Amino acid sequence: MAFLTIEKLVKTFGAQTTVKGIDLAVERGEFVTLLGPSGCGKTTILRMIAGFETATSGTIRIDGKDVTNLRPNQRHIGMVFQAYALFPNMSVADNIAFGLKVARKPSAEIAARVKEMLELIKLPDLGDRYPYQLSGGQQQRVALARALAVKPQILLLDEPLSALDAKIRISLREEIRAVQRALGITTIFVTHDQEEALSMSDRICVINEGNIEQLGTPFEIYNYPKTRFVASFVGTLNILNGRVLDSTSGRLSIDDQEVITARGIGGASTGDTLALALRPEALSIGHANGGSNNLTGTIDEVHFLGSVVRIRVRFKDNIVSLDTFNRPHSAPPERGQPVTVNFTREDILVLDRPTI
Amino acid sequence: MKESRLFPWLGVIFGATYFLVPLIATFEFSLRMERGRYSFEAYRIVLADPYFQASFGYSAVIAVCTILVGIALSVPTAYVVQLKLPRLRPVVEFITLLPLVIPAIVIVFGYLRMYNSSSWLPLTSSARGTDLLLTFSYVTLALPYMYRSVDTGLRAIDVRTLTEAAQSLGSSWPRILLTVILPNVRVAVLSGAFLTFAIVIGEFTMASLLNRPAFGPYLQRIGANRAYEPAALAIIAFAITWACMGLINLFAAMGRQTQRR
Repeated sequence: MAFLTIEKLVKTFGAQTTVKGIDLAVERGEFVTLLGPSGCGKTTILRMIAGFETATSGTIRIDGKDVTNLRPNQRHIGMVFQAYALFPNMSVADNIAFGLKVARKPSAEIAARVKEMLELIKLPDLGDRYPYQLSGGQQQRVALARALAVKPQILLLDEPLSALDAKIRISLREEIRAVQRALGITTIFVTHDQEEALSMSDRICVINEGNIEQLGTPFEIYNYPKTRFVASFVGTLNILNGRVLDSTSGRLSIDDQEVITARGIGGASTGDTLALALRPEALSIGHANGGSNNLTGTIDEVHFLGSVVRIRVRFKDNIVSLDTFNRPHSAPPERGQPVTVNFTREDILVLDRPTI
Repeated sequence: MKESRLFPWLGVIFGATYFLVPLIATFEFSLRMERGRYSFEAYRIVLADPYFQASFGYSAVIAVCTILVGIALSVPTAYVVQLKLPRLRPVVEFITLLPLVIPAIVIVFGYLRMYNSSSWLPLTSSARGTDLLLTFSYVTLALPYMYRSVDTGLRAIDVRTLTEAAQSLGSSWPRILLTVILPNVRVAVLSGAFLTFAIVIGEFTMASLLNRPAFGPYLQRIGANRAYEPAALAIIAFAITWACMGLINLFAAMGRQTQRR
């Protein structure tokens, strides 16, 4: 049985249903990310796990125990907030010790645990400082230590990196993941940043409009998105409309040019229009290649981005963007120049049928 | 073109004159008790007067009680309104402003009618009961200042997140209020407390109608019967009020320093 089990979880605010019957099972020690756009319901799910919101219906079980109706201070969870939420009137050491004091641990045990936590977050000498004397990254590390000090059953991270600058964000996400792995603590992480989700998670749960769109490993989510939403939300994606020529052999037509997909389109009929997705990194410009798909078009726009050159190619109605590395000895193509775009059969992702 | 500074300066001079001249005149008058020379004789007499000490001591004790009751009432109320019932904010603000528009004499007559010796809760039938009634009257009178100070302090911190952080660490509501919220609105609470102290020390109507030996009625009695001592008392009362204001500013500055980010 999974360590954290969520069954048919629903949350309504007045007439609006924010979470629409979520089912999720998280294994012990797993790092699962709830990924989705603002307002999709991911934070509401996290807050229901924490007990800050009451579920309209459904159950939440931690280690087999139904905690759906328990108060937040009875759930034994640790939470890290986007806004750090360190107690301004307490020193770093007092912040970390807060939960232990609430639990009435002996003072010697508290002191030892605080020291251990300060070493874990690599701030062993800052115990006497106050939150206002720390940088944002340091404050968030202290918040993490405070949440972990009480040895919670589950660690909940509510967009903990959003308020930090880009460099700190990258280093801190590596630190959080390392600490999580070292302690083996079951962790639920909420973010709208796909890069964070892809780089940190064991599994990603993509949420849209209160429903789970897809649950899978970062590799599965990125390479095999099941819905148009997942494909467009996770990573950069070119979406093209293709007409089915032969569903058995996977032949499709994109702007009157034939391509073949390696994935099944068995459910589609000849003449149906399907949404096809191509990752920019799967595309290359070159001569027609017999072993792969080739589409001929013209250069629509060229954006020089330093190490990368982003090129937009128009076929007829469909447009794709692709990235190539900057090569100082080779000038980028020019607008209006005819080009052939190559990609393999495996690179074509067949999404749900477009509604257009 | 550079604007003329004449008119702003004239405004400042007029304001300062309006404010300072009576004060200086009162102070100067308070020093003229002995003929032909300035002295602090009036102050010596006032400070040595056992009634002064008793009334001031009484008012100070009532002020401290008022502050404690005011904090116990305002902090949880403002906290709950901010955290759980933000829609009630206009209603609560309206209620807390009522003592500013309802005259003190009306409030105290209402209390006397409600809590007189023949009522269901005869607070005025004993001295301690009347003291309690006076304290509650002062809590009402100081409510606009105390509540506003606390509410402003609470708005300056992220009450919701701090509360949730403490809850996730296993803390109970009373502990959150006492160890997390209250210390972080300390400066605001102190501001409200000093304002309350200044109000209670000089208050006359309620203390007089409830017949309690407070500093306000003492000031009035001395003013009606003596010449120089009332001026000395006015200066002393003024100094106490300004000391309270100075302490508010001092603690506010200390709070800004502590909570600097």
